[in-house]
Amino acid sequence: MKLRPLLWAFAATALALPAVGKDVTLLNVSYDPTRELYKAVNTAFIADWKAKHGDTVTIQMSHGGSGKQARAVVDGLPADVVTLALAYDIDAIADRGLLAKDWQTRLPENASPYTSTIVFLVRKGNPKGIRDWGDLVKTGVQVVTPNPKTSGGARWNFLAAWGYALKLPGGNDDKAKAFVKTLFQHVPVLDTGARGATNTFTQRGIGDVLIAWENEALLAKKEPGGDQFDIVVPSITILAEPPVAVVDRNAAAHGTREVADAYLKFLYSPQAQDIEARNFYRPRSPEVAAKYAAQFPKVATFTLAEVFGDWRKAQAKFFAEGALFDQIGPGN
Amino acid sequence: MRRRVLPGFGLSLGYTVTYLGLIVLLPLAALAWKASDVGFAGLLRLLSSPRTLAALKLSFGGALLAATVNVFIGLLVTWALVRYRFPGRRVLDAFIDLPFALPTAVAGIALTAVYAPNGWLGRWLVPLGISFAYTPLGVLLAMVFVGFPFVVRTLQPVLQSLEQDVEDAAESLGATGLQTFLRVILPTLVPTLLTGFALALARAVGEYGSVIFIAGNIPMRSEIAPLLIVQRLEEFDYATAAALGVVMLAFSLVLLVLVSALQRWTRRWAEVPR
Repeated sequence: MKLRPLLWAFAATALALPAVGKDVTLLNVSYDPTRELYKAVNTAFIADWKAKHGDTVTIQMSHGGSGKQARAVVDGLPADVVTLALAYDIDAIADRGLLAKDWQTRLPENASPYTSTIVFLVRKGNPKGIRDWGDLVKTGVQVVTPNPKTSGGARWNFLAAWGYALKLPGGNDDKAKAFVKTLFQHVPVLDTGARGATNTFTQRGIGDVLIAWENEALLAKKEPGGDQFDIVVPSITILAEPPVAVVDRNAAAHGTREVADAYLKFLYSPQAQDIEARNFYRPRSPEVAAKYAAQFPKVATFTLAEVFGDWRKAQAKFFAEGALFDQIGPGN
Repeated sequence: MRRRVLPGFGLSLGYTVTYLGLIVLLPLAALAWKASDVGFAGLLRLLSSPRTLAALKLSFGGALLAATVNVFIGLLVTWALVRYRFPGRRVLDAFIDLPFALPTAVAGIALTAVYAPNGWLGRWLVPLGISFAYTPLGVLLAMVFVGFPFVVRTLQPVLQSLEQDVEDAAESLGATGLQTFLRVILPTLVPTLLTGFALALARAVGEYGSVIFIAGNIPMRSEIAPLLIVQRLEEFDYATAAALGVVMLAFSLVLLVLVSALQRWTRRWAEVPR
């Protein structure tokens, strides 16, 4: 991220200034596809805080791959809050003592104010007749997904496919392994990130189906030329829960604890939930969800906790070096 | 006592050593330090993994091939630029540097857009069974692209300073055009060509940004070594990532030393009157 040095400079300036006039600066370190979302959320939060407390809040953003962002925070990027693609990345920050290990219990709903699911984006009219996960491994179907080794989002894709196979009648780990192995034999390109995979599918014309986050799929449909694609919701998929947390040590050092807490709590407010829904993330609030029911069709989901325990376990079992993905991934 | 234009050998050497130490050696030492965490057994395991070997083979094999291609095409292009006058020569000359200036990711995306099955060239090539995008061939293409200016810019001044009278002399002694080129011009150019080769090679080995978009990144097939490093980092496995980095550095060092030995040898050979 070329932005990072700039942000460092910004943060350093913010620290050097004495806290007069109650100007507060927060640094939110986030992942790639949340640019538009947080731009809108920040404007709303800044207005809300100004109205309630009279202070001026400035929110700096940093976007990049989720894992890369977590490493930057570990290495000293002074994030007050992190809003990443998966809990494992925040766990890694917690492991270095920057925030409490029980961070995920400090906010409601596993500290995920909004969710998404994994869906399929197919070519207009669905020429290959793709309705469910099983159709992805049919002869002649090419599947595009980013690489789970480099993309946090792609790890949700992988787990969704695994969970589907596991939940089939008579499903077990061996059958799931065989299914996912076949699935990845249908993958011609492994992009390093989710946006790259979306481009490969939409701009380069590669593949018959893109496994994507619902918010990315809805966004791709909204882009020019988006009418060339249809969204297919599989029979069952995973509930992707991108988590948020205050980085305790940095917030304490910057004296921003109060605002940082309020910022993350604001993400659960009706106003922010509405913004999140408009940016294609599924809101947690039932009222807001009802309002956007047309945009988010009902879908059967399972959570990571139900099927895989937690991210540490999932990471060790599937994505660590030499683990399942390395054993069954493409090229093997 | 020899006269020096600028005084203060001690000062300038001190500065050189300090500067190199801070900018080059210290970060490399830190890399080696991090890498030492994996230990000797870990390093052996890393080097015996078929996937690591495949990635190293693609990175170094691709870079060697790309640098070779660049030497031939670079010589041709430089020759045309230096020896002939034609309209648009200056513009063409300026174009050579574009790969230097372009952010590599932009280069990668542009190459992919052109060679993808629905791209300008890809739509004609792919039906013929020639696919650059998402294959090892694409990796080679990106490596050729980023290394190209190195060869031309190294060669250009040498070719420009080559005196016409040497060729005239060869001709007056009855040499054919081909003989003049092979026995008079080429030997003087070989050391420079090798320098260009080494630079293009070094650049291609470390190239990430442009390659990543066109490679397809399928393990064992189109996965470059720098991507493996990124994957280890993504797992917060700094030690293995650093170890892979050190392995790449060691390979590169060996290659560069070989090239420079070859260069010294050809230079001597070129200078001996035969």
